[in-house]
Amino acid sequence: MAAPSSSNWVMETAHDVPHVLAVDDNLIDRKLVEKLLRNSSYKVTTAENGPRALELLGLTSGGQNSMNGRSKVNLVITDYCMPGMTGYELLKKIKESSVMKEVPVVIMSSENIPTRINKCLEEGAQMFILKPLKQSDVKKLTCQLMN
Amino acid sequence: MYGLSQLQRQLAEFTSSLFDEGFLDDQFNELQQLQDESNPEFVVEVVTLFFEDAERVLNELANTLALDNIDFKRVDAHVHQLKGSSSSIGAQRVQKVCIAFRNYCEEQNVEGCLKTLQEIKQECSLMKSKFETLFKMEQQVFACRRLG
Repeated sequence: MAAPSSSNWVMETAHDVPHVLAVDDNLIDRKLVEKLLRNSSYKVTTAENGPRALELLGLTSGGQNSMNGRSKVNLVITDYCMPGMTGYELLKKIKESSVMKEVPVVIMSSENIPTRINKCLEEGAQMFILKPLKQSDVKKLTCQLMN
Repeated sequence: MYGLSQLQRQLAEFTSSLFDEGFLDDQFNELQQLQDESNPEFVVEVVTLFFEDAERVLNELANTLALDNIDFKRVDAHVHQLKGSSSSIGAQRVQKVCIAFRNYCEEQNVEGCLKTLQEIKQECSLMKSKFETLFKMEQQVFACRRLG
């Protein structure tokens, strides 16, 4: 991946490869997003659902960041449609937290529903990506985050 | 015994036919492009996972549809999963039948669902054998290359 420019997000990761938390209840989609991101030199951790994601981010009531300071998450990419906690609800919880609210959150969905997209963007999502995920989506994402 | 160029041509023609006949769409190209030296079996792995997962989902669907009081929300959730996975690997025909299924689900049309479930099973089975042929051809090309 190219040397980071001067955006805040990237400054934090200047000495590390950006660490992405990818959340999706679908196994095949998790494999795909993981490979797409790894091929673009991101470090990737995956989670099957919102609650597990929150746990990994250290946002559960226990308060412990189980990935510790060395593996800080720089980006969250989550599916919208998940049983239990949706990607939208996960987004809200992240944006409501004092610790993680600056972390960019990207929402993915197989359904192109404008009200859904707007709702997510209004809640602070960095970007909305239509599934199935492609290399060009990851390129676009990287570009956006560098600016 | 075929020479390398014949094997390669055979592979190229077969692959083309899969796209022409609508079995695969461009997303499969995306998958192939992701494969590299760090993970030379990526496509086979993902496709294998897909069929394992599909089998599980199809069984669940059959069970859920066999109940007296069908929970259509649950049925829809299962098909949504399969639609998503098939879309992610580029299995276009499977994806299309899933979409048809979801329409019957929305109408709470049991007969339609059962009929379409059979179609999904058939499409999965067909897709699986097409992939088996594809991977076998790829292996033959690879083996032939290695022999010099």
